[in-house]
Amino acid sequence: MKLRQSIKMAISAVFSNKMRSFLTMLGIIIGVLSVTLLISIVQSGTGTITDAMSTLGGDQITVSITGNQKRLLYYELDSLKSNENITALAPYISGRSTAKAGNHSKEVNIYGVTKEYFSINNLKLTNGRFLSELDREYSLQVCVIGAEVAKELFPYGDGVNQTIRIQGKDFRIVGILEEEDEYAMNSNNQRIFIPLTNAQRIFQQMGITNLVLTSENKTTLKRAQSDLADFLKAKFTEKDSYTIINMSEIMDMMGTVMNTLSLMLGGIAGISLLVGGIGIMNIMLVSVTERTREIGIRKAIGAQRSDITIQFMIESIFISLMGGMIGMLLSIVILHVLNLFVTEVHFVISPSVALLALSFSIAVGLIFGIYPANKAARLKPINALRYE
Amino acid sequence: MIELKNIRKIYQVGEEEVRALDGVTLTVEDHEFVAIYGMSGSGKSTLMNIIGCLDTADEGSYFIDGQNVMDLSEHSLAVMRNKKIGFIFQQFNLLPKLTAYENVELPLIYQGLPARERKTRVEESLRKVGLENRMYHRPNQLSGGQQQRVAVARALATHPSLILADEPTGNLDSKSSRDIMNLIHDLHKQGNTIMLITHDHSIAAEAGRQIRIMDGKIVSDTGSNPAV
Repeated sequence: MKLRQSIKMAISAVFSNKMRSFLTMLGIIIGVLSVTLLISIVQSGTGTITDAMSTLGGDQITVSITGNQKRLLYYELDSLKSNENITALAPYISGRSTAKAGNHSKEVNIYGVTKEYFSINNLKLTNGRFLSELDREYSLQVCVIGAEVAKELFPYGDGVNQTIRIQGKDFRIVGILEEEDEYAMNSNNQRIFIPLTNAQRIFQQMGITNLVLTSENKTTLKRAQSDLADFLKAKFTEKDSYTIINMSEIMDMMGTVMNTLSLMLGGIAGISLLVGGIGIMNIMLVSVTERTREIGIRKAIGAQRSDITIQFMIESIFISLMGGMIGMLLSIVILHVLNLFVTEVHFVISPSVALLALSFSIAVGLIFGIYPANKAARLKPINALRYE
Repeated sequence: MIELKNIRKIYQVGEEEVRALDGVTLTVEDHEFVAIYGMSGSGKSTLMNIIGCLDTADEGSYFIDGQNVMDLSEHSLAVMRNKKIGFIFQQFNLLPKLTAYENVELPLIYQGLPARERKTRVEESLRKVGLENRMYHRPNQLSGGQQQRVAVARALATHPSLILADEPTGNLDSKSSRDIMNLIHDLHKQGNTIMLITHDHSIAAEAGRQIRIMDGKIVSDTGSNPAV
């Protein structure tokens, strides 16, 4: 009950000098604003990138073969396919070409794939079917097209069973993919998938240029990676004619980098909170001097040391908490505005960051309020009363 | 009851020793109206500060209602000021940002009284000083006389054993001074113990007992006369 009165008195003291209180708060406002804003931006950015990467396949190993002294042929992959650490393996080659349908035409990426490509990448159809093993075996002139391709070449309706002409050959459309989020770095929206064998013929390229493979878990993925490395080393004696990328390793690494980054930025922004806290202490000390007489009166009519300490502590905590909340609100507003302009990343303040910033600002008020509050409480009533 | 025995207070000013109080012995019974008068520098303010537990004596003993003040901790001194003593200062000493009501309520808050009881006590005190319709005015919206009456109400609110008035009319015009003195007389009639410190003979003469102080010593005392 006494505490409620102290809070009331502290709040009215803060509001009775609005300009000064606001200027004192400004340090905390800026501190909390920069802490929450920076950490939120880094966290949201990291979240988006890792999301995008995991839709790309966080549990995948990708291989690209660049050297052209030796070729990796389709049948040579059999030994890999039977590897116990590899769940699925999808070889593919790709190239750019013009695709025509009626009087529409479009420059697209042609992917020569096997049926595994669709399952490994978790692709979904709106219509039709994926390519099958038979399509590859018999080099059937069929294709699956990305959503964007379907929209542009067949703006007035379904493209299934229509034909697309690629490099003078007609391909019958057997399936159309669901639209994917654009921000995923390699979306399949702009691609046309044809059987691997047909692509080999079109691009006159027998060697497989890309491999994607998955495994059961992280450990087997690691083993698969080393088996794959052995296989490729035996095949291509030169090490720089192929690249193996383990997505989960990259994601782990990025996670560490981003954590370090947000810690660092948070630390730098934390310094501004510290400066804000010193500002509070400064003003509270001035306030104690100014209100010496008030303290004397309060003591003369029976205020205990603790009453005075609590009053000044509550004032400084109130100022810094208010500053913290204003800073937080501002950073929420700024993130909302950012979200209007940046569509690739959705910025949000995570509850843990909000909680951290608010408890930090309370702590700042507490720590930097102790000294002035104690100074006020220690004043002797007789000296304080005589103070002019 | 107030009992002072051989109270000494010595200040060191450079090399020189200033005996602000030099062996003051004094007993004030309940319901007395005592005036302590003397010139400035006579030690009357020091005496008042010691009696009011705002300052402590260097030597001697001091009892309020049988309790030895010299042994008290800082905490207990604050309780003493809060419960046993009601101050009326020359400069009113109200908190400028609080209303009359809040100023009177403040010592009761420090006592930890529940809100309902505070309300009855504050209203009762303000009624006694005739300011029941000025309760929500701030000091700067009140005249000097009215401010001093708020201070009197604040002193009364805790039902103290002793009301200590330090030159209560020193900053007031003659009419307001008269009002305050009448109020003090009323409080005395209602049974309050009053100690008034002044340099003004005519005001001191209104009290039931006059004590003259000079150079830190009591030089004359008309003697205890609680009946008026």
